[in-house]
Amino acid sequence: MAEPLTTVTSIAAPMLIANIDTDQIIPSREMRSTGKTGLEKGLFAGWRYVPGSEYEVDPEFVLNRPEFTDAQVILAGENFGCGSSREHAVWALAEFGIRAVIAPSFASIFENNCARNGVLCVRLNAETIGALASLNKPIAIDLPAQTVSSAAGEVWRFELDEEAKAMLLGGLDAIALTLQHAEAIAQWQSADETQRPWIYL
Amino acid sequence: MFKSMFEKIWDRHEIATLAGHNALIAIDRIFLHERTGAVALNALAASGRKPVDPSRTFCVMDHIVDTRPGRDDTTLMPGGQAFIAETRQAALGAGIHLFDVNDANQGITHVISPELGIVLPGCTLIAPDSHTCTQGAFGALAWGVGSSEVEHAMATGALRVARPKTMRVTFKGELGTGVGAKDMILALIAEYSASGGNGSVIEFCGPAVKALNMEARMTLCNMATEFGAMTAIIAPDEQTFAYLAQRRFAPTGKAWDEALSAWRAMRSDDDASFDAEISIDAADIAPMISWGTSVDASVPITGSVPDAASDEMLNYMGLTSGQTLLGQHIDAAFLGSCTNARLSDLRRAATVLKGKHVAPGLKAICVPGSSSVKRAAEAEGLDRIFLNAGFEWRESGCSMCFFAGGESFAEGARVVSSTNRNFRNRQGLSVKTHIASPEVVAASAIAGAIADHREIV
Repeated sequence: MAEPLTTVTSIAAPMLIANIDTDQIIPSREMRSTGKTGLEKGLFAGWRYVPGSEYEVDPEFVLNRPEFTDAQVILAGENFGCGSSREHAVWALAEFGIRAVIAPSFASIFENNCARNGVLCVRLNAETIGALASLNKPIAIDLPAQTVSSAAGEVWRFELDEEAKAMLLGGLDAIALTLQHAEAIAQWQSADETQRPWIYL
Repeated sequence: MFKSMFEKIWDRHEIATLAGHNALIAIDRIFLHERTGAVALNALAASGRKPVDPSRTFCVMDHIVDTRPGRDDTTLMPGGQAFIAETRQAALGAGIHLFDVNDANQGITHVISPELGIVLPGCTLIAPDSHTCTQGAFGALAWGVGSSEVEHAMATGALRVARPKTMRVTFKGELGTGVGAKDMILALIAEYSASGGNGSVIEFCGPAVKALNMEARMTLCNMATEFGAMTAIIAPDEQTFAYLAQRRFAPTGKAWDEALSAWRAMRSDDDASFDAEISIDAADIAPMISWGTSVDASVPITGSVPDAASDEMLNYMGLTSGQTLLGQHIDAAFLGSCTNARLSDLRRAATVLKGKHVAPGLKAICVPGSSSVKRAAEAEGLDRIFLNAGFEWRESGCSMCFFAGGESFAEGARVVSSTNRNFRNRQGLSVKTHIASPEVVAASAIAGAIADHREIV
C-alpha cells in the first residue's frame, strides 16, 4: 500500500535527458538488502556524489542544488525508467520524496511499478516539459482533474490509465483488490485445467 | 474478427475485465531469482499469504552468485551472501521449485526456463527481470515485472494488466554470412530508437526469423526490452516443439499430444491487424556494435561514431565523433548473459577463437548461460578452445553483465561484451561497454581492438 496521492505542488527538478535507465536511478551496487527500504541514499548515486568518493555530495547535480533538494517532481526526457525491472528504482524515488515524474514517455515496467508505489507518471510532450523547466517555478499537479498547471497559469491535461489513477488516488492494495475476484480466478482455473492440462504441474 | 497471436493468448487468459483497458490475466508460470526474489517472497510471507500454486513457481540463483570455479554462497558482492541465503530460505518456506547455487540445472533464468520446458507456447510467464521477454521466442506471453507484481501473481494466480499495443516486425529475406540475431535486434533498435517499441507486444516474423534456430530466436526477443517493448513473441513451429520435447517440465504422453495440437494453431490470423508495422530487409543488416551509453547508439561494425553524437556520451565513452570503431583498443572481452551465452553462441565464438590467443594483457571471460550449457560445451571440448585462447572459463550466472558492487572490470576499462546493456557504469565504474555478437567479442579479444570476425582468417 502506498501513500494516496491527489495533488502535488512543488518545484520540479529538470533532468531533461532521454533514456534515464534504472541503473542510473539506482545502481545495482546500491541495492544492499532484500528489503524495500534504505534505498534513498543510493538514488542517482552515480550522478549525485563525486565519482570515486564515499558519498561526497556533488553540488552541481540538480537534486543537490538548494532550490531542488525538496523537489517532489522530476522533469525528464523520453523513455524514463528503461532498463532493469528493479522496483528499487521507484522505492528509492519515493523514499527521497518524489511523488511524480513528468516525461514524454516511460518504460512500461517502470510505469507499472510507479502505480503500485504511489508515484505518478505524467506524460507531456517534450516542448511543454522544456517550457516548465525554463520557468523554474513550482508547478501543481491535480490527479483527479489530470492536469498540470504552471505558476504562469497555463494548464495542460494529461492522459492516464484509469486503473493506475484509481490505485494512486486510493493508495490501494492491488492484491486485496484482486482477491475480490478469488472466485472468478478459481472458476477460470478449474475450467482451464481440463482444457490445458499440460500447464498444471 | 481476426486476431494476432498475442490477442489469442490474452483473450485465453482473461479472467475479468477491469477499469479502462485493463484485465485480470491468469499467470501460468512465475520465475524468481535471488536479486529480487527474496523481497517478493518475504513480502508475501509477511502479509500472511502463500503462493497459490507453488508447483508453477520457480526460483534460481543467477544474478549475484559467484561464477569463479568451486563457488559456494560467498560472493564478491558486499552483502551478496544474504540475498542467496534469504532467497533460499524463503523459497524453501514457500515450497516452490528451487535451482540452488550448485544445482545441476542452475543457470540464468531465461536460459534454464526453456531448457527445463518451463516456458511453453501459449502460456503466460512473468519474472522480476526485464529480460523475461527472451522467452517469447517460444510463443509465450512472457514479460518482466517488478517485485510487487510477482508477489501479486504468487498471492492470486493473476495480474492486473493494461492491454498493450501491438506491433509486427517483419524481417524479410535472408541474413548475410556472419550476421545473426544480435545484429538484427541491434539494427532494429539503432534505426527506431530505444523507445521505438512503445510499450507494445512485438511479434517478430518473416523468413529471416523463421530461419533462426531457437537459441537465436531467444537472442532476438531478449532485447525487446531495450527496444522499449513490453515483450516480444514469435509463433511456435516444429523447431519450437522439437526443442521442448522431453524437457523436464514439458508435458509427456497424451498431454504432449493435446498440447501439440493446441500449439500448432498458435499463430496470428493472416488478416490480423497490428497497431504498428515495421519491415526490415535482413540482407541489409551488417554485424553491429554499440558505441554509446544507450543501446540505440549502435552502428554497423565497419561504421563510425555519428557526427551528431552527444558530447555527454562521447566523453563517457572516450570517443570522438566521426572516428571509425574498427581498431579501437579494448581492455577486456566478455562472453555471457541471457542474450548470448547459449551453446550455439559459444560454438560460434569458439570457431573464431580456435587456435588463436587473445591479445596480451587483455582480460577475457566466458560465462556459460547455464550449468547445462557449460557441461555440453565441455563435452564437445569448447572449454579447451576458450582456455587455450586465454579466456577464463566460469560457472554459470549473470556475472559481469552488470556490476553489483563485487566483481567488475577495471575502472574505466573498455569492454566488448555479448550482453544487452551499455549503460554508464553498468559493467563497473566508468567501464565503457560496446555490445556486439559473440563472434565480434571473440574477434575483438584476439585483436585487442574492436574487430570484424569476418576478417579473421
